[in-house]
Amino acid sequence: MAEVIEMPKLSDTMEEGGIASWLKKEGDFIEEGEAFVEIETDKATMEYNSPVEGYLLKILVPAGKSCPLNTPICMVGEKGEKADVAPAAPAKAEAKASTPEAAAPAATAPAPDKKAETEPAKAATVTAPKSPASPSAEASSSTDRLRASPLAKKVAEDKHIDLRQVSGSGPGGRVIVRDVEQALAGGTSTGVAKASPALSASAAAPAAPKAPAAVGDFEDVPVNMMRKTIAKRLLAAKNDAPHFYLVRSVNMKNLSAWRTRLNENADKDKRVSVNDLLVLAVSRALIKHPEVNASWQGEYIRRFKAAHVAVAVAIPDGLITPVVRNAHALGAREIAAQTKDLIGRTKAGKIAPEEYQGGTFSISNLGMMGIEHFTAIINPPQAAILAVGATIKTPWVGSTGELEVQERMTMTMSCDHRVIDGAVGATFLETLVSFLEDPMAILS
Amino acid sequence: MTTKKKSAVDRDVLIGMYKQMCLFRRFEERVGLAYTKQKFSGFCHLHIGQEGLAVGVQSALRDSDYMISGYRSHTQAIGKGIAPGAVMAELFGKVDGCCRGKGGSMHMFSNEHNFLGGHGIVGGQAPLAVGVGFAIRYRNQDNVIVCYMGDAATNQGQVFEVMNMAATWDLPVLFIVENNRYGMGTDITRTTSVDHLWKRALAFDMGHSDVDGMNVLTVHEHVTELVEKMRKDKKPHLLEALTYRYRGHSVSDPGTYRAKEEVEDYQKNRDPILGLGRQLVDKKWATEEELKAWDNEAKEKAKEAEAFADASPQPALEELWDHVLVP
Amino acid sequence: MAIITFREALGQAISEEMTRDANVFLMGEEVGLYNGAYKVSKGLLDQFGAKRVWDAPISEAGFAGLGIGAAMVGLRPIIEFMTWNFGIQAFDQIVNHAAKMLYMSGGQFNMPIVFRGPNGAAHMLGAQHSQAYESMITNIPGLKVVTCSTPYDGKGLLKSAIRDNNPVLFLESEMMYGMKGEVPEEEYLIPLGKGDIKREGTDVTFIAWNKALHKATEAAEALAKEGISVEVLDPRTLQPLDEELIFASVRKTHRVVIIEESWSFGSVGSQISDRIHKECFDELDAPVSRVTNEFVPMPYNEAQEERVLPNLDRIIAAAKEVLYIKG
Repeated sequence: MAEVIEMPKLSDTMEEGGIASWLKKEGDFIEEGEAFVEIETDKATMEYNSPVEGYLLKILVPAGKSCPLNTPICMVGEKGEKADVAPAAPAKAEAKASTPEAAAPAATAPAPDKKAETEPAKAATVTAPKSPASPSAEASSSTDRLRASPLAKKVAEDKHIDLRQVSGSGPGGRVIVRDVEQALAGGTSTGVAKASPALSASAAAPAAPKAPAAVGDFEDVPVNMMRKTIAKRLLAAKNDAPHFYLVRSVNMKNLSAWRTRLNENADKDKRVSVNDLLVLAVSRALIKHPEVNASWQGEYIRRFKAAHVAVAVAIPDGLITPVVRNAHALGAREIAAQTKDLIGRTKAGKIAPEEYQGGTFSISNLGMMGIEHFTAIINPPQAAILAVGATIKTPWVGSTGELEVQERMTMTMSCDHRVIDGAVGATFLETLVSFLEDPMAILS
Repeated sequence: MTTKKKSAVDRDVLIGMYKQMCLFRRFEERVGLAYTKQKFSGFCHLHIGQEGLAVGVQSALRDSDYMISGYRSHTQAIGKGIAPGAVMAELFGKVDGCCRGKGGSMHMFSNEHNFLGGHGIVGGQAPLAVGVGFAIRYRNQDNVIVCYMGDAATNQGQVFEVMNMAATWDLPVLFIVENNRYGMGTDITRTTSVDHLWKRALAFDMGHSDVDGMNVLTVHEHVTELVEKMRKDKKPHLLEALTYRYRGHSVSDPGTYRAKEEVEDYQKNRDPILGLGRQLVDKKWATEEELKAWDNEAKEKAKEAEAFADASPQPALEELWDHVLVP
Repeated sequence: MAIITFREALGQAISEEMTRDANVFLMGEEVGLYNGAYKVSKGLLDQFGAKRVWDAPISEAGFAGLGIGAAMVGLRPIIEFMTWNFGIQAFDQIVNHAAKMLYMSGGQFNMPIVFRGPNGAAHMLGAQHSQAYESMITNIPGLKVVTCSTPYDGKGLLKSAIRDNNPVLFLESEMMYGMKGEVPEEEYLIPLGKGDIKREGTDVTFIAWNKALHKATEAAEALAKEGISVEVLDPRTLQPLDEELIFASVRKTHRVVIIEESWSFGSVGSQISDRIHKECFDELDAPVSRVTNEFVPMPYNEAQEERVLPNLDRIIAAAKEVLYIKG
């Protein structure tokens, strides 16, 4: 008789667990005590060691799904034994449904009891008859299924592309191999990120329950592809990249003076902005600190030799970050010209994918909107982003110890701690501040 | 139609026929019993009552002659030379069956004995028989092929097609219609326009005759004459053999479509084995005790056949993949 | 290399094999004196005489069965159907007898026979003369099914079919008999069960056979002008199918369109599609697409017939569908 293994209690406060991954596949042999599944508890992802020995006959809760404690997650038994399918664990989302069909399996599964709490690893044998009404653990709403051609899936796996980051151009949004290839080449219409493993969290997130709609209470705005991509990528970034934040304020006096000089006699459309100078300074600092001009690649960290500085640009339905390529090799006026062109075309919707792909560092500036300081979410696969606030006249104790009024700007760098440690980030910022406060140092 | 010449058949031949008929009867009885004991399943068509025809025809043929039949052919197969044990084992689906358990009751075959099969599609064997007749002519041999079919097969279209060909091209096929009067449960008068089935031959200007299938000696003499002629002129012939099956169409047939008295009349008054037995005793070629002893011998042989089949192993499951195509 | 017509190539194959083996004979309606309804057998009666080239009566079941019987005893018949639409008269013989003989006799009786004739629609022949049969006859274990699309293939395959010890159903096409192609002077054989890449390509694989292959090739040429590289694969033998060749091509192009004259329900194409989805699932960038006859009997009207058959527009549309090219 096949043994049913249930979702174990692996933390004192755990009420439900997610299957992070199956370390064995159906048909594999499992030793007693062998780790065979990774369980996400409310606190950690843990390997779970098998309480029994035998062949993994059937997986009832697939990876990425969650279920309450004591819900059967798989069946283990003799080779070739018919896995008397016990009522499958309803996936988290379905478990919340209150229909009798969904409730039925819960009734036949052993209820959480004292035993389960004290001996979480011991699997109970369930003899519940196969019920046609029991929902399959794999059944999930087709709308949140990833649609991709088998080939696209295979290529994505081989090349470590996260398909959820790739928008599909096939029927019904199916991701086809062309989309993956374009993503690999560094450009799709909606952007793409290198694969990172942690999206399972968002995949396992419960579907929002459908609330009864009262007409006129609200407006449902359809989520366009760009919005979807922003949602996916920034969620992924926040999940994947452990952010920490470094804040510095800068005396803008010298930079402003330099800017004034640069713009003397310049045509209006050839003027250099503060932001352009920021790009300039950042690019030079990046070359000096390649450990910041870097990207987390899972098995290694990639350090870039060139500084491609992305500049966040708000557009009516979202946000795009056009890239000033090789900014470290450009002068202030060249950066200004390029940026102006890029921003202009971005706002006009005439920017090509390759023009907003491949940045190595981003700058987001909300200073012109009066924001004093803020924190930004890293734009993966980059390792850092600089959030720039407004330049404000501020009382400040100057170098002479006198209180004086300075034009100061506060900037916050978000760092991916996998790539950048605190001191490294701080050193970079120190360089950047020195450049901004003494622009001539940039040129030296 | 039957010729009425004095028999030239000697005592040994007659006794041989008697023994063979006893064997056929006892064999089929054992088959029926084994079926009810669930030693095998599927369709099972018994030939009991029709032994006189089978033995009379078989005894007129050479080993090199061919025979082909329908689905009621256990004993015809034995008559052509297949060991009773191999036929019983085939019925039981065993590996020592003449088709390694792949054929079953309706499909007995032996290439070695020129028995070209029991066939399960009524009349379907007739074209094959004509093909064999064609091959005989193609090779200028003097063999013949006997093609058995039931009365109901004479209403099958392809039978007409090939009788036409056999007659047109002079192919040495002896069509023998075993007219046991019932096509399954249907009295042939309800489905057939002619009162005598040999009349089918008239459409093709083909040789024809009828014979009392319950009289083994008559059958033997008549078929011998037909076959010898056919070896020379290669012309086909349709022989209607009037016979009667005692049992149902198949084991599962209760026989409600005919009167019990009719069956009893045949069994008492027209039985081929009783008939030949009486002749042998009358001629003082055998005593009642000898007849009894020969019948016991037959019973013993049938029992041995069953024991052989019982002992034969099941074919390996993997054999099911064999013989779909020649590699 | 000589340039000859399809019918000449097939005639050469028959002539060469009849010369090679005295057991080979040809039978069919009008194959002799008339030189064949489509002149495939032109000159064979003169060459081999009436003993080996037989004009059959209009009795498809009969002469197909005759061939099967002859094959049972070692002859190697070539049975010509004037069209496979008539051949279905012989389906009982082909399906119940030819396909089963080796199997139900436990491997005792080979079935070295070829049934051949034109298959599929010709032009404005209406509902009863325009059917493609491969999907029906490939569904039966015990039969080989071979198609041909060029004179070269036709000759090489037919010679192999005649030498095969299994029943081979050989599908030709009225519309192709006059097609010319290069055929070597020296003898050659094309093994059964091996397909052929008729045109190499990288973007999408077209699988087609018999007459539909030429439609597929035409579509491939049209698509080439749009920069789409089509591989055209002719399986040639449909039973058994050269699956490895198909899978290899799918692994290369990742997209498949199957073009056939069958109806779509349960066809050779659906079988190939099933096998591709099972064995090459991870290689596919799009579901396999199929272009088949529309599911209606063939209309007589010319425009309607053209619409029912796989045509250029439908093939190109299917190709673009699997390539995700809009418009």
